[in-house]
Amino acid sequence: MFETLTDRFEGILTRLRSRGRLGDAEVNEVLREIRVALLEADVNLNVVKDLIERIRARCSGADLSKSLTPAQQVIKVVNEELTATLGGEPLKLHYASKPPTVVLLAGLQGSGKTTAAAKLARWFKQQGRNPLLVAADLQRPAAVEQLRILGQDIGVSVFSEPTDPVAVARNGLAEAQRIGRDVLIVDTAGRLAIDEALMAEVRAISDAVQPHYTFFVVDAMTGQDAVQTAEAFNETLALDGVILTKVDGDARGGAALSVKQVVGKPIAFVSTGERPADFETFYPDRLASRILGMGDVLSLIEKAEREYDEGVAERATERLIAGHFTLEDFLEQLQQIKRMGPLTGMLGMLPGVPKEIRDAKIDDKDVGRIEAMIQSMTPGERRDPTVLDGSRRLRIANGSGTSTTELNNLLRQFKEMQKMMRSFGPMGRLVSANKSKKPNRKQPKGGRFTPSRRGTG
Amino acid sequence: MSTVELILIIVAAVLVVAATGLGVATRSHRRLRAPGPPEGVGARTAPSPVAAPPVPGEVEPAEVAPKAPAEEAGPSERPALRERLGKARQLLGGYLDGIRGRGFDDSTFDELEEALLLADAGVRTTTRVLDDLRAKVRSGEVEAQPEALLDALRADLVAMFEGDRPDLAMGDSEGPTIWLFVGVNGVGKTTTIGKVAARETAEGRSVVLAAGDTFRAAAGEQLETWAERSGASLIRGAEGADPSSVIFDAVAHAAARSVDLVLADTAGRLHTKVNLMEELRKVRRIAERPPGRLTEVLLVLDATTGQNGLVQAKQFTEAVGVTGIVLTKLDGTAKGGVVLAIRSELGLPIKLVGLGETAADLVEFDPEEFVTALFG
Repeated sequence: MFETLTDRFEGILTRLRSRGRLGDAEVNEVLREIRVALLEADVNLNVVKDLIERIRARCSGADLSKSLTPAQQVIKVVNEELTATLGGEPLKLHYASKPPTVVLLAGLQGSGKTTAAAKLARWFKQQGRNPLLVAADLQRPAAVEQLRILGQDIGVSVFSEPTDPVAVARNGLAEAQRIGRDVLIVDTAGRLAIDEALMAEVRAISDAVQPHYTFFVVDAMTGQDAVQTAEAFNETLALDGVILTKVDGDARGGAALSVKQVVGKPIAFVSTGERPADFETFYPDRLASRILGMGDVLSLIEKAEREYDEGVAERATERLIAGHFTLEDFLEQLQQIKRMGPLTGMLGMLPGVPKEIRDAKIDDKDVGRIEAMIQSMTPGERRDPTVLDGSRRLRIANGSGTSTTELNNLLRQFKEMQKMMRSFGPMGRLVSANKSKKPNRKQPKGGRFTPSRRGTG
Repeated sequence: MSTVELILIIVAAVLVVAATGLGVATRSHRRLRAPGPPEGVGARTAPSPVAAPPVPGEVEPAEVAPKAPAEEAGPSERPALRERLGKARQLLGGYLDGIRGRGFDDSTFDELEEALLLADAGVRTTTRVLDDLRAKVRSGEVEAQPEALLDALRADLVAMFEGDRPDLAMGDSEGPTIWLFVGVNGVGKTTTIGKVAARETAEGRSVVLAAGDTFRAAAGEQLETWAERSGASLIRGAEGADPSSVIFDAVAHAAARSVDLVLADTAGRLHTKVNLMEELRKVRRIAERPPGRLTEVLLVLDATTGQNGLVQAKQFTEAVGVTGIVLTKLDGTAKGGVVLAIRSELGLPIKLVGLGETAADLVEFDPEEFVTALFG
């Protein structure tokens, strides 16, 4: 969702890194760029102003000059401020001592309330609760029907009646009490914050059922208007939390920051797809790091550290640059990485990957075929594919259930990639030369390699 | 990119991540194309050829290729040169600001900028439009007075839509005309179809609605209500049926009965879902086959959408060739300014505007009204 911010911030980071110290002028320039980045991410203008001032206060030139790595200092501050804005106390659900616990959903048209209601019901069920859904949207054609069908899919009953929304809510509550449900989820019609009559109606619904939790459902692709709408709903309903929907898109999601800042209540859940299962609790630090263009690197790092021994990874990396990376290595690493999660998702988590590649999909079937082909080779063949003549290739293709064409493609592409990796090799020398040039820089542990500079443009 | 290449990128990246640990999280990475600051001031990282995929890794400043000579100087020379360049940069920046600010109070421009940004016009469009305005002030074409500035800006924005026509094209030969409605989830496609149907039947045309949303629970029922309200017929398939087959049936039905117009609904879909966009491509291919005449592919866009609206427009256009935009929910507080970027970067006209949930809440796009409301 926040991927495109990656582009902007990486430019900033690159320039930041090339300077040793940051004076006020540089800090201002960086903050200007961060302002643009946040605006492009749909964070509300006034929220951005606030945030920038807070960051500026913490990043005064004096503070930074004490630090050995000023770039990292600024980024750390930005990350912390974003995380603080997005996070704070997570929502702790306390169930009512006298059931049912009543949950009310409100928001604009099309924000995803009805789908969220069903997802929430399923979530409560998973927590061992016994929810009842109330379809109080009598405005949108077939909204009740939609919730009924969703309720059927997840095994939660739905209450409604063709009267009026307030009566439906009130009677829904009575029904829940009557049949002994311990959670009541009330879906309401989408409404504009400036529609006085409808805002009065939702207020009346709220008065009738006295919700323990009122959630504002907001679409992740909402722009600057998020603030105005959130403020109005908060005034009318005293919100307890926010549900952010359609997070599986590539909208930058600045609305989340804005709403959180304005409403001051936790983002409780995020909706990550169209199926009832696509519903998660919200992690502010993850979202903040995505804004900063770290992809979801943090979770990727956790996974990588779990699966890899650092020394092993270092050696494999060095073989990679030296051009000694064989098909054997490839297979081994591929299988390691597969343990970390689906490959397609990983492309999206890697910073520095350009958009076209980031969005590329990897078909698991293709991956399986590649693995099969390599596995049908002998260890000698994997280490030295030059020995692969026609009859060997045929054997491998047959053994793996693929074709010689596919095999030829694999070998050819692998060889090309190997060549490219090898061309990074000489940079290894420059890297070690630079280590002595810059005594002030903290050297990170482990090996690193530097991509070659391929011309100047 | 082949699967092999993609996997190799992942392998390389993950190995680096694993080998260097948290260093990766806070270090910058090599990019194929780095964005520069809006003014051409200051060092820029050099763009590199896109031929090879990048491999993320630690970037030594000396190897990142900003053109500024400071980066290539030896270590002992570096601080002094960098300082001098820094001063020069400040002076230059100050000078540019001076040029910009010459002759008038910047606070009006700040207000205009704020208004545009708050309207979701986006940084790029706002900057461009205001830079153009500044140029006009410098050349004397526009007076440096707040009212004159606002009038000039409004005129410039209205001019962006010059030549656009809000009417929807009808096919000129035999066979029913088809208008296809696409967009992400929750924007108001089905409601818009209902409104368009009502408008067309009121003008005496015969209309068939095709329930091409076979995914969303009760989508068919929702469209059925609109068919009843508008006096159009409805063609539905089974739940979970192939949307293309529903469209096909609707067109065949319309052709057989000499119906004028088929309005085809589709399921909301995020443009990031490759398989769903593929499905939409297929729907379009079926829709444009004779006997039907596909004359409009309308992207329905929610006015509350921020900058993602531009991405949506790009992706849907690339997938199915959007011919026009329907901007919905403009009766709220959102201004829909993202259509400025869409019009200017993609040339897509705004055809219709939705102003509420009833059949009557549909008007033709009027640039003057729209622009006036931006600053209201």
